[in-house]
Amino acid sequence: MTLTGFIIATVIKILVVLGVISALAGFGTYLERKVLAFMQRRLGPMHVGPYGVLQVAADGIKLFTKEDIVPQNSVKPIFKIAPIIGAATAFIALAAVPLLPEFEIFGITIHPIIADINVGVLFVLGVMASGLFAPLLAGMASSNKWGMLGAARTAIQLLSYEVVTGLSILAPLMLVGSLSLIDINNYQSGGFTDWIVWSQPVAFILFLIAGFAETNRTPFDLLEHEAEIVSGYATEYSGMRWGMFFIGEYANMITLGFLASLIFLGGFNDWGFIPGGLAIVLKVSFLFFFFLWTRAAWPHIRPDQLMWLCWKVLMPIAVINVVVTGIVMMM
Amino acid sequence: MFEAMAFYFFSAVTIVMFWITVTSKNALYSMSALAAGMIMISGFFFLLDADFLGVVQIIVYTGAVMALYAFGMMFFDTTREVKENIRAPKLVFLLSGMTALLLVIAFVAPIVGDHIEALYPMVEGVENPQAVGIVLFTKYLVPFEVAAVMLLVAMIAGIILAGKKMDESLTLKIDDEFQEKGVQ
Repeated sequence: MTLTGFIIATVIKILVVLGVISALAGFGTYLERKVLAFMQRRLGPMHVGPYGVLQVAADGIKLFTKEDIVPQNSVKPIFKIAPIIGAATAFIALAAVPLLPEFEIFGITIHPIIADINVGVLFVLGVMASGLFAPLLAGMASSNKWGMLGAARTAIQLLSYEVVTGLSILAPLMLVGSLSLIDINNYQSGGFTDWIVWSQPVAFILFLIAGFAETNRTPFDLLEHEAEIVSGYATEYSGMRWGMFFIGEYANMITLGFLASLIFLGGFNDWGFIPGGLAIVLKVSFLFFFFLWTRAAWPHIRPDQLMWLCWKVLMPIAVINVVVTGIVMMM
Repeated sequence: MFEAMAFYFFSAVTIVMFWITVTSKNALYSMSALAAGMIMISGFFFLLDADFLGVVQIIVYTGAVMALYAFGMMFFDTTREVKENIRAPKLVFLLSGMTALLLVIAFVAPIVGDHIEALYPMVEGVENPQAVGIVLFTKYLVPFEVAAVMLLVAMIAGIILAGKKMDESLTLKIDDEFQEKGVQ
């Protein structure tokens, strides 16, 4: 492919990914309310459009037209930048994720990945982890004590669970011997029985639990725990700036769904009679539903329970898992 | 052409960010600018095809080191300006400027004199992480293992220091104290 062709293809891919994922992130809020409602025997949004489908549009109009308040004593530039960091890191992380298998359109083979770097997994996790600056800076800049508490909890929670994510993903990476998400996907091309989840069930569960903490979902959503610290880091935000935090959060959930499907659940390989492209969409949808399901089923936990779980349960299990994997591979 | 453009972009942004870090009187500006500068440095690694080191730069500096700075910041009022008590600004400027200049000369001299050569050049056809691994596990095996043991000791010590009071819940304890006071 020529250089111009490469640039055009990359720009189109970036626009498509940005558009589709932010639309899905918006639609995710509707799905979340609907799923939670059915699990709690309510109806959820019903009034705007058939079955309340247009609720997303109504919410969008509300967020865009709401007054944008910047508190007087806040550190204004940082206060304004923080939500942009949240949304930007979520989308930059998607750049190294192969979203679908290669396909052909108008005679051109298209690789649905924006930047195919050979350290894909590390890049995605690293950029997602640097997303912790969004709530951290937001909380510290807004000169509000609830914001400050939210920021402190951000630093503690995201840093601690980053350790668990890294250690849990290490064992599958040892099996595959590559950091490229495409190599990891091809390693599982032998079908259902080749999925890494069968050889690394412990790592899969640890990765999911740590994923809940990293994307700030219930039962680990201590950063903006409504019952304790009003709205945490987002207390002083309104309108579109507030919305951007949540676009980032939902985009992160989708990224995490793709990561878990690619690393543990066979990625975009054909699954029986289901073609690969559909298979990965099904897996990501199920994982997204799983996030909502857990939110409906479990209560919040206390901060000390969160730390107890991370350092006394999950991290030792992750280390033992890595050691056992190493011993099995040596024998 | 793109590489040159990217290089100048990253250099300009990095220098501006670190300039803000040094000159700003607001601690929060300094911290954000430092983090942004650290991320921009990783751009240079990507330009040199050292993807692995670039990602490690992002993870280590922004994920771990900067978050520790942020912990320190929690003890200040970040919205107020810091009053620095510098008695001899000219002397400080001269000393730090001279140190920086010396460092630049020390690093640039071998490049200018063309006396720089790779002792362990990249093996052909080996990817980034593998190349780092080969050097770490052959030439630098002993320092690598010593560092690993030190980190393990630090981790265990950290868990023990922090874990002494992990079994009792602070929230419940405070509740009990309130109840006792209520009874009296």
